[in-house]
Amino acid sequence: MKALLAQTRSELMLSLRNGEQLLVNIAIPLLLLVFFSAVKVLPIPTGVDKRVDFLAPGVIALAVMSNAMVALAIGTGFERHYKVLKRLGATPLGRGRWMLAKIGMVKVLLIVQIALIVGAAFALGWNPGGTPWLAIPAVVLGAFAFGGIGLLMAGTLRGTVTLALANGLYLLLLLLGGMIIPFSEMPGFLGSIGKMLPSGALSQVLQSCLRSGAGSAGSAWIVLAVWAVLAPLAAVKFFRWE
Amino acid sequence: MVSPESQPAIEVTDLTIRYGDRIAVNGLSFTAMPGQITALLGPNGAGKTSTVETLEGYRRPTAGSVRVLGLDPVADHRRLVARIGVMLQSGGVATGMRPAEALRLFASYYDDPINPDELLELVGLADHRSSTWRSMSGGEQQRLSLALALVGRPDVAFLDEPTAGIDPAGRQLIRRVIADLRDRGVAVLLTTHDLEEAEKLADHVVIIDNGVVLADGTPTELMRASQGDDVRFGAPSGLDVSSLGQRIGAVVTEASPGEYVVASAATPAMVAAITAWLADMDLPLADLRAGRQRLEDVFLRLTADADARAPEPTTTRRRRSRR
Repeated sequence: MKALLAQTRSELMLSLRNGEQLLVNIAIPLLLLVFFSAVKVLPIPTGVDKRVDFLAPGVIALAVMSNAMVALAIGTGFERHYKVLKRLGATPLGRGRWMLAKIGMVKVLLIVQIALIVGAAFALGWNPGGTPWLAIPAVVLGAFAFGGIGLLMAGTLRGTVTLALANGLYLLLLLLGGMIIPFSEMPGFLGSIGKMLPSGALSQVLQSCLRSGAGSAGSAWIVLAVWAVLAPLAAVKFFRWE
Repeated sequence: MVSPESQPAIEVTDLTIRYGDRIAVNGLSFTAMPGQITALLGPNGAGKTSTVETLEGYRRPTAGSVRVLGLDPVADHRRLVARIGVMLQSGGVATGMRPAEALRLFASYYDDPINPDELLELVGLADHRSSTWRSMSGGEQQRLSLALALVGRPDVAFLDEPTAGIDPAGRQLIRRVIADLRDRGVAVLLTTHDLEEAEKLADHVVIIDNGVVLADGTPTELMRASQGDDVRFGAPSGLDVSSLGQRIGAVVTEASPGEYVVASAATPAMVAAITAWLADMDLPLADLRAGRQRLEDVFLRLTADADARAPEPTTTRRRRSRR
């Protein structure tokens, strides 16, 4: 227990000390939320009163992806590159507790991210509807889906390749995921692809939980759940410690 | 220091490690005892790191067996890691970590760790409170790695090239810490290609090259066993060895540029004759060693012999990277 707590604390401290991680985890989501709520350049789905009502769920989905996929992949990828994981393999910490510490780190960061985003959204006049408590399992499923993808990259690719790919994937999943740009504005086939992506599934589910009139997201829950199971399984199967 | 009934802490028996077609380690056997510093000595690519990583449980032997504290490093990994300390050749610490943070974290993994502050003092990093791993010099990183290997009070310490690329003061400090470990009964296995290090530090030297043991014994035994009846001296290269040989009545060869071997017992008369000839020719004498060789002579001769026996694998091996 002592080791797990110390490891979790250490992971959190390192990620809070890392400027790039703070940028991707906190600054970019908040900036997008505030900027596109205030500046009327992006389209919003019909029937939405205020921009923030559409943007807040999407930015929460983005924060989950930033944290569990991008920051986790880059952080773990470089730990692998610098033989941190190899060295840990010769200590009594063990892979189980290492994994739990990573999950603990992602969880604490998620709470901080979501608190800041929700606070900013309320300040911008957000009026959440739907069934907000369902957002919690949605965020958990999203974190497992993105975390699996992040660790799959970190555990199979070189550190610098992971860095590049995580950032590229972030942009692609952001643009196609309905987080900032509604699916209704995309050509049909792009929208269909987007809805099969973990970002598209999570943003649809969060819209349905947090915005009245967003409709149900039955199939998006299934897509999200499938990603949340398959991605971590693939990570476990293919992860190489050195 | 070592009681006769003590069991080996490390037993390597006919260990073979292959990477695809390449044989990194080829039927290696040796043991290492508690309370002794065992040096695995060999040129780069000799198979040292592969051997140590097998003992640490990072890879499985292709053939043969290894035991550390009587345990199988892979099958009994959980039990073993609590009792070993490992120093990798490089890396191993998150780049944003500070020395005290790393030591406290590693201390949390063990039941009865050494106080991190004491360890920082011991390795001379107590005044590096605010520097992160990425901003530390190579020597400072090595000293922190050593401290991390010790924090769990290991019974066996694996140190891979512990003083490589370190300034002399850091080297002295690391050697002192390693000698202390030995005195506390720890079995220390260090790899090095630095002969001086093995000669100064080790109680037991295993010389390997091309994945096989070339020699195994205490530094003294190794030097005695291979001691010939000869006198060695250093002088400017390209001397007329036949002229010298005629004058002193013994065969003289230039073993390597500027390094001469006289095939004769090191009698005072012989030494006097050599120095007299040099004086006549007005040549400086760099050094002169009578009889007892240095470990370096043993090592160079053994590895050269091994390479001469197996020239082909050597060239392919040297071109490749270590792993």
